[in-house]
Amino acid sequence: MSTIQILFFFLSVLAIFSAIMVLISKNPVHSVLWLIAVFFAISGHYILLNAQFLAIVNLIVYAGAIMVLFLFVIMLMNLNADSEPRKHQWMKIAGVISGGCFLMVLISLVRQTVEITGKTALVKEGNIGLIKNLGKVLFSDFVVPFEISSVLFLSAMVGAVVIGKKD
Amino acid sequence: MPIQYYIYFCLTLFSIGIIGVLTRRNAIIVFMCIELMLNAVNLLLVAFSKMHHGAALAANPASTAGIDGQLFVFFIMVVAAAEVSVGLAIIVMMYRNTHSVDINFLNRLKN
Repeated sequence: MSTIQILFFFLSVLAIFSAIMVLISKNPVHSVLWLIAVFFAISGHYILLNAQFLAIVNLIVYAGAIMVLFLFVIMLMNLNADSEPRKHQWMKIAGVISGGCFLMVLISLVRQTVEITGKTALVKEGNIGLIKNLGKVLFSDFVVPFEISSVLFLSAMVGAVVIGKKD
Repeated sequence: MPIQYYIYFCLTLFSIGIIGVLTRRNAIIVFMCIELMLNAVNLLLVAFSKMHHGAALAANPASTAGIDGQLFVFFIMVVAAAEVSVGLAIIVMMYRNTHSVDINFLNRLKN
C-alpha cells in the first residue's frame, strides 16, 4: 500500500467518523467542532488531488468564516444539550433507514456503470488546481459569473441585515 | 486512485448529511448537514475534474481540460457563503420569535 493510499483512507475514515459525530453529538457546539474536523479532512483530500487553491479557500471560507458564524450564533442563543429538541425514537430509525436505502441505491447504480470502470483520478500530479491556471480561466472565461457573484454577495449582505434587524 | 473510491466516499458523506436532515430537529444542525452535503458534492466535482484532466493529459501535455470543474467548486463556495449568512439570519429571527430552534415550529408559517 503506497503512501497516497494510506493518506486517502486515513482522511476518508477521519471525515466519515467526524461526520457521524456531527449527527450524534447532543451539544451543538461539539457538532460544530466535529464539522470543522470534516472540513479539514476534505481540505486534505484537495491537497492530495493537487487542488491547492481550493484547499486553502475551503479552509478560509468554510472552517474559518462559516463555522465561526455558526459558533457565534449558537453561543448567542446559549444553546446546549439541555435545550436540544427531542425527536421520537422511531422517527430517527425511519430517517436512518431511508438514508441507508438512498446510499444502497446509489452504490448499486455506481457499481453497474460501465463508463467509469478503470478510470482513475489523477493524484499528486497535474497543475490545473494551481492558482495561476485557475486565475487565468476565472478572469477570461468566467469573468461575468464572477462579477455577478459580487452582486449576489451584496444582496445577501443587505438581506441578512434586513432579516436580522429587530422588529 | 480509482475514481470509484472517491464516488463511494462522497456518497457516504452525502447520505450522512441526508440522515442528519431527516433525524435532527435542531435547525442549526440541519443547516450544518446541508453544508456537509455541499462539501461532499464539491469533493466529487474536484475528483471528476482530475479524472478528465488525467485523460486529456495523456493526449496533450499542455491541456487544461477539467479546470471548469474546479471553478464550479469555487462558485459553489461563494454561493454557500451567501446562503449561510441569510440562513443564519432567518434562524436568529425565528429564535427571537419562538425562543426555540425546533424546526417543528416552522410547519405553520403564520403567527
